[in-house]
Amino acid sequence: MNIFDIMGPVMVGPSSSHTAGAVRIGLTARRLLGSTPTAATILLHGSFAATGAGHGTDKAIVAGLLGMAPDDPDIPRALQLAAEAGMSVSISAGELRDAHPNTAQLAVTNRQGRTLEISASSLGGGRIRVNAIDGMEAAFSGEYPTLIIRNEDRPGILLEITRVLYEQAANIATVQLYRDRRGGLAVTVIECDDPLPEPLRRQIAALDGVVRCTYLDMEEG
Amino acid sequence: MSFVSVGALLNSAQQLPLWQAVLEDDCRDRGVEREASFEKMAGLWRAMRRSAADYDPDRRSASGLSGGQAAKMAAADASLCGPFIQKVMTTALKVGEQNACMGRIVAAPTAGASGVMPAVLLPLQERDGLGDELMVQCLYVAAGFGQIIAARASISGAEGGCQAEIGSASAMAAAALVHARGGTAGQMADACAMALQNIMGLVCDPVAGLVEEPCVKRNVMGAMNALACADMALAGVASAIPCDEVIDAMNAVGRLMPASLRETGEGGLAASKTARKIAGRLGE
Repeated sequence: MNIFDIMGPVMVGPSSSHTAGAVRIGLTARRLLGSTPTAATILLHGSFAATGAGHGTDKAIVAGLLGMAPDDPDIPRALQLAAEAGMSVSISAGELRDAHPNTAQLAVTNRQGRTLEISASSLGGGRIRVNAIDGMEAAFSGEYPTLIIRNEDRPGILLEITRVLYEQAANIATVQLYRDRRGGLAVTVIECDDPLPEPLRRQIAALDGVVRCTYLDMEEG
Repeated sequence: MSFVSVGALLNSAQQLPLWQAVLEDDCRDRGVEREASFEKMAGLWRAMRRSAADYDPDRRSASGLSGGQAAKMAAADASLCGPFIQKVMTTALKVGEQNACMGRIVAAPTAGASGVMPAVLLPLQERDGLGDELMVQCLYVAAGFGQIIAARASISGAEGGCQAEIGSASAMAAAALVHARGGTAGQMADACAMALQNIMGLVCDPVAGLVEEPCVKRNVMGAMNALACADMALAGVASAIPCDEVIDAMNAVGRLMPASLRETGEGGLAASKTARKIAGRLGE
């Protein structure tokens, strides 16, 4: 936590968790998908479902999907703007098992037919945590430049990934590993201190055993 | 940040002004230059001014509970409190309503308490013709005390009740006002401590779970408490309990609060007959 977590952020009200955090969840999904979705299915859980309408949580998530930041004055008009942009949006309330009270589940599709499903929680003060991507567990905030790598679960692959980072002098803040079963598919989440240049990301994506490499940098325009 | 106590902050402020000790700490913490840190804070000050200036008296919140109150306050003649305090109250309502109506505000420290800091600083700047640089320094002072409250206790209503939101904002504003008036670092700590003492135990009981009623009006109370505590500290009235101990007591009180009084919309005002009726109407 730094002083600008106390003073700030500049945001559209009324709630840092139910509005600003919700924008960030939508924006994270957009960045992970790589472009504006053409269709979005949003499920709101817990307090997001109970008080979401009054807090504009639905509009906030859609605003994020449209690429708006938490201080964008157009957030209240997000549903209308989504319709104008040709994004089909479906929002419902539901129960997610063992989820944080402020959790949303998003399934999005873009023009190229790429799909993404994420579950994310708003932790307060506008900060969020992504809990799962495409059904695989994860836990990252988007506060750091983050690599989300889908790879085969086999010995040595983490070494090959981190070697690329080492050779480019990229400092790792955290590493997480998740897998569905031994020898199956794994998700490797690496948070770094500084932005990672595109050639480095391409190098990791080209590694044998890496199925997909997604990069998230919320600071990037 | 490295300050975990007001005592440590006051120690750092022996060699240089307190606001500067907070700025230097930010530079170390985030690895940025002084100019970059100051410009970022100056941006928040400009955003704070806009949050009040952009107020639209015709705007209403999605629930219909908020909007138009600041215009009534501004139009009232012969305010009991006099024209300066009337302006403070009006500004607190303006920003609180802006927030409720999905307008742009600066969370300070939270969105629900975003009216307190601008309510005391904007009218003071206008009345005394103070420079923007001094006002930005005031935000550093507020952030310095605020982060210690966040570290030792909480600034979240869901964790510590309204004392953690409006209470923290009021304490931060009180310390900032002491700086604006040229007071000492010790007086800032006293103002912060007294402001927290006065609001200790205040519960978070939003009607229908929304950041509207009583939140918008509590911004007014937080601003007036900040002014009174800054005035007391500047007059030499001290807090008998050191600021760190007051913050720890506030933390203990927050922990004793049942969940129904911590932003769940279940206890306090939210449990009243009328509040339940409103919640029922909005749920339909």
